[in-house]
Amino acid sequence: MGVFDPVLNLGRGLGETLRSFFFERTVTYQYPEQKREVRPRYRGRHVLKRYENGLEKCIGCSLCAAACPADAIFVEASENTDEKRFSPGERYASTYEINMLRCIYCGFCEDACPTEAIVLGDNYELSFLNRRDAVYTKDLLLESVPTAESLTPRKVESGVYTRSVPEMKDPTD
Amino acid sequence: MDWTIWVEWIVKGFVLCLILLTGFAYLTLYERRALARMQVRVGPNRAGYQGLLQPIADAVKLIFKEELTPARVYKVVFVLAPILTVVPSLVLAAVIPLGTSFNFFGREITLYIADLNVGVLYLTSIASIAVYGITLAGWSSNNKYAMLGGIRASAQMISYELSLGLCFAIAIVMSNSMNLVDIVNAQKDMWFAVIQPVGALIFLIVTLAEVNRAPFDMPEAEQELTAGFHSEYSGMKFALFFMAEYQKMIVICMISATLFFGGYREFWFLKDTFLSVDRYWFLAPIYLLLKVVVLLFFMIWIRATWPRIRYDRLMAFGWKVLLPLSLVVLFITATGILLAQELNNQLFIYGIPVLSIISAMVAVALVFNDLRRKSNGRV
Repeated sequence: MGVFDPVLNLGRGLGETLRSFFFERTVTYQYPEQKREVRPRYRGRHVLKRYENGLEKCIGCSLCAAACPADAIFVEASENTDEKRFSPGERYASTYEINMLRCIYCGFCEDACPTEAIVLGDNYELSFLNRRDAVYTKDLLLESVPTAESLTPRKVESGVYTRSVPEMKDPTD
Repeated sequence: MDWTIWVEWIVKGFVLCLILLTGFAYLTLYERRALARMQVRVGPNRAGYQGLLQPIADAVKLIFKEELTPARVYKVVFVLAPILTVVPSLVLAAVIPLGTSFNFFGREITLYIADLNVGVLYLTSIASIAVYGITLAGWSSNNKYAMLGGIRASAQMISYELSLGLCFAIAIVMSNSMNLVDIVNAQKDMWFAVIQPVGALIFLIVTLAEVNRAPFDMPEAEQELTAGFHSEYSGMKFALFFMAEYQKMIVICMISATLFFGGYREFWFLKDTFLSVDRYWFLAPIYLLLKVVVLLFFMIWIRATWPRIRYDRLMAFGWKVLLPLSLVVLFITATGILLAQELNNQLFIYGIPVLSIISAMVAVALVFNDLRRKSNGRV
């Protein structure tokens, strides 16, 4: 190491900061206006999914509530009838509540669900003014429907939905 | 005495205080934006266009913050210390010439408050008063960290004041006057920083220590002393310390510009053009502002780059490197000027920068050797 190297290194440090001052692009996102895309498997707020025909995927089995390590999920199931059908299975979730203050977004509910009904979405902007508002009820969690006729509950012909648990394909993601 | 001169003084003092206060407010924004850019961030840009209203938002926040006085502090000194720190930083600017003079309804208004014939002495004395505020704040806080910060501040100030005084002496020797207006006018043909680059460099380093800026910000080292001398202060009292520090930065940059970078005067090669200060008086404050902004950028740049120096090395650097080097440089300057005058040969002036740079290189080599000896050859 030369005699003047320490001084030169001080100068090189200065040059590095000056270079980033003039030539480096900032990494900042101007947040409320400009949002960053989340990753495909990001674990945000839960969404209750529907089938393409609009019926709910949730069959009220409470496996998510059993899997939940934070005890954040509460499910109450009721029987489907062909007059008032919510889901293709035997039963549906008449009450489905997630306390977002308890939830730790671990995704175990997603893993436990036999019908892929509950999915952790990409919404991370959760804020509440009181603890009551943190409890998300079923109507807040449920996916919206494209048209009015695919709303649940609905009247269906008898004999179409006979299985207690709907047929499932292997999960892809 | 004419009553109008009182009006003139009061108005000029008021305007200078306003300049320093707004300067302080916008220096904080300038520093935050510049530091952010160096760290590949954007910095505050929300309040107003490009964050221009951020200082106002900060001021409102600080005014409404709770002001806490700890139970066992020495109340009188505790309240007095921030004031003792702020006032010198404002008063310091009184002798700095901001420009020449202009004609205001037949009255000649000079762009400085006091044309003191011992202006440089005034600067050195007032600049060292400010450390009383810091030391007293540390002592009256009844907190060991604050106490250590205060003691460090005073020790550092004493060590670096000597080199600072010698740098002032270099400027005095070169301009043959202690009056700051004369010092500025003596740099009409050539900046002192060009004749004496090492002196200017030492001055810039020492001013960093004088205003407790990185890498010499030992009195407020966050990692070791929480916040140093102002750890017990909150609300407006803390804001006063903050204000004092930034105003001192501005004033000390004005002083460096005045002593070594031509003050309010234009670049020496623009001497007789239409950009000259002698042609249009209003160019003078603009030139000074430009120089101050550039010098402040250096302070921010150094803060963004270099780590804090260890305390024993800070002291060793002040006493063992800067003080002997500034003595040598002063000797070279004085000898060169004396020889140029006595032998009537301007060539000796050109010997000054060459010899000073050689002595600075020798100093670097000596420091390097010393460090290598201490670390058994592993540098």
